[in-house]
Amino acid sequence: MTQPVLSVRDLKVDFVTRRGTLKALDGVSFDIARGEVLGVVGESGAGKSVTGAAVIGLIEPPGRISGGEILLGGQRIDDLPPAAMRRIRGRRIGMVFQDPLTSLNPLYRVGDQIVETILTHLPVGRAEARRRAIDLLKEVGIPAAERRIDGYPHEFSGGMRQRVVLALALCAEPELVIADEPTTALDVSVQAQIIGLIKRLCAERGTAVMLITHDMGVIAETADRVAVMYAGRVAEIGPVRDVVKRPFHPYSRGLMGSIPTLEGTADRLVQIPGSMPRLAAIPSGCAFHTRCPHAFAQCWLERPEPMEHEGHRVACFLYEPGMESARARADRIPADSPPVPTEEAKP
Amino acid sequence: MTDAPLVQVTGLRRVFDVSKPWLDRVVAREPRQTLKAVDGVSFEIRRGETFALVGESGSGKSTVARMVVGLLPPSAGEVVIDGVSMTDRKDAARRARLRRRIQMIFQDPYASLDPRWRVGDIVAEPIRAFNLARDRREVEHRVGEGLKLVGLDPADARKFPHEFSGGQRQRIAIARALAAESDFIVCDEPTSALDVSVQAQILNLMRDLQDRLGLTYLLISHNLAVVRHMATTIGVMYLGRLVEVSPARDVFAAPRHPYTRMLLDAVPDLAMSGRPRTPVQGEIPNPIAPPSGCTFHPRCGLADERCRREAPATIEGVACHAVAEGRAGAARPARAAGG
Repeated sequence: MTQPVLSVRDLKVDFVTRRGTLKALDGVSFDIARGEVLGVVGESGAGKSVTGAAVIGLIEPPGRISGGEILLGGQRIDDLPPAAMRRIRGRRIGMVFQDPLTSLNPLYRVGDQIVETILTHLPVGRAEARRRAIDLLKEVGIPAAERRIDGYPHEFSGGMRQRVVLALALCAEPELVIADEPTTALDVSVQAQIIGLIKRLCAERGTAVMLITHDMGVIAETADRVAVMYAGRVAEIGPVRDVVKRPFHPYSRGLMGSIPTLEGTADRLVQIPGSMPRLAAIPSGCAFHTRCPHAFAQCWLERPEPMEHEGHRVACFLYEPGMESARARADRIPADSPPVPTEEAKP
Repeated sequence: MTDAPLVQVTGLRRVFDVSKPWLDRVVAREPRQTLKAVDGVSFEIRRGETFALVGESGSGKSTVARMVVGLLPPSAGEVVIDGVSMTDRKDAARRARLRRRIQMIFQDPYASLDPRWRVGDIVAEPIRAFNLARDRREVEHRVGEGLKLVGLDPADARKFPHEFSGGQRQRIAIARALAAESDFIVCDEPTSALDVSVQAQILNLMRDLQDRLGLTYLLISHNLAVVRHMATTIGVMYLGRLVEVSPARDVFAAPRHPYTRMLLDAVPDLAMSGRPRTPVQGEIPNPIAPPSGCTFHPRCGLADERCRREAPATIEGVACHAVAEGRAGAARPARAAGG
């Protein structure tokens, strides 16, 4: 197998607070190959954005990376000094955030911001940089790019701004683009255009993409593989089609069933009882056991490690070898059944 | 139960003045600028139904909601609820009695609940305001019942809003809305600030309450899948106008207005059916200077000279020249069922 562009191994991120250390990420591992789009989904507090911030080295104190490693093209980047990390950011890793207005400086013309980024990272002259900037703006679908390059961010609409941000992320030809909720602030009709654009541009350039979003529809449309996160851990990771249509982990099953669809066949939505635990109170063992309709004694005591199952990696004891009968039993229980009461399952 | 609609909205219109200050205007010799947020919107809602208004930001759906509950006076047009005009000055006495039956649930449960009030007081406010209970014990009893109704514990009445998660806060907002035994609830994006699994809990709760209490909802949402799950009738808004009103089933099976079709095509396809879709063109224009004629014509594949010139009238629930002239082609199914 060729070397993945990004490789995250057993990543742990802590936030040290007065009330103790909060584990925002607890042993997260995944790879992204060249030209691949990895979708990262989860509800608020699952640790999706912290994962993205850790990869680009933007964890602010009191947060800190307390374990594991991050490799970009085989080179370790989580322990680099700030100056070296700054050279990677923008050059080898591009970024697209939710709100395009916060990524663009309102006082500079959009063209100048792109040209400056190109000049910082690539060995080209100003005229060449400007030519490239115009080409890029054309490529991301800005009409009359030659004229618009001298416009200020406020002169662009929300969708056009996000296109400019995408051009900015791609201008130094990075190997990896991290897109954190790139379409959340946009209307559906514009969202569809931006998703299509991200997908096309990254496929053409062979750029790996880490797409962070809470919107399963966006993932289904864009990603090749998807990682479902829960309480700072990866619950399940696998090919997008499989995870959406046939999820294994009890949490992913509940999550997929809870999304209303346009087909609208279900009369009631699946509802997972309770809500995502707070970081200060993550349950012992498997973090999902308090909401899980299939939990048994082991789930209280031990934390499940991700295991291979039919092409997915699932962190659930039901998918351990030798658990076939329990799995068959679990398949018959609807995903929104009440969790197993503590007295029954507790050892 | 009578057959007359509970809510009748006729020719509703709201214009906002967005001019610069007087002096600036005089110096720059600029005329006043106005924004037509809502322009000629008419629809009716039958009892026990959910009428959903969908549209992108700036389409005027929230402005309609605020005018229907009376938070914003309309510039023109009329809102009649259960035979009582909400806009006519003369009907004040009957309107006051009607107010109790109309409540609203807002988008952000972090902003809509007063952080200094205990949950019990928040839920009791409408009971006290409308004098629905004889003494304190009865108020407490009603608050407890209300909290139980939405799946919370009566003991939660002593807590403050910050002790609850987003989904629980939205439950409190629903309990407050129902406390005055209201039967018409206007929900403005009730779940768009919530996570999907919590959204499912709230949507299920809203449907259960509708079945049990016979509520009528006006649901405002930009999320077509949520609307599909909840609505009996759907109104699609674009730049302040209602472009299509159809039964929910028909909107999804056979959308008629070109904008409705585009909107449906834009929704990411979770079923991954590989269904062919037309890529979406353009963005919503600036509502201060909307396009001439049919405001959708710059983004519409079917636009012709007439669309650029004159605004279409609503015929059989659709405001589109192309549909009226039979140029729009057969209404195609947006999504094959199942996928």
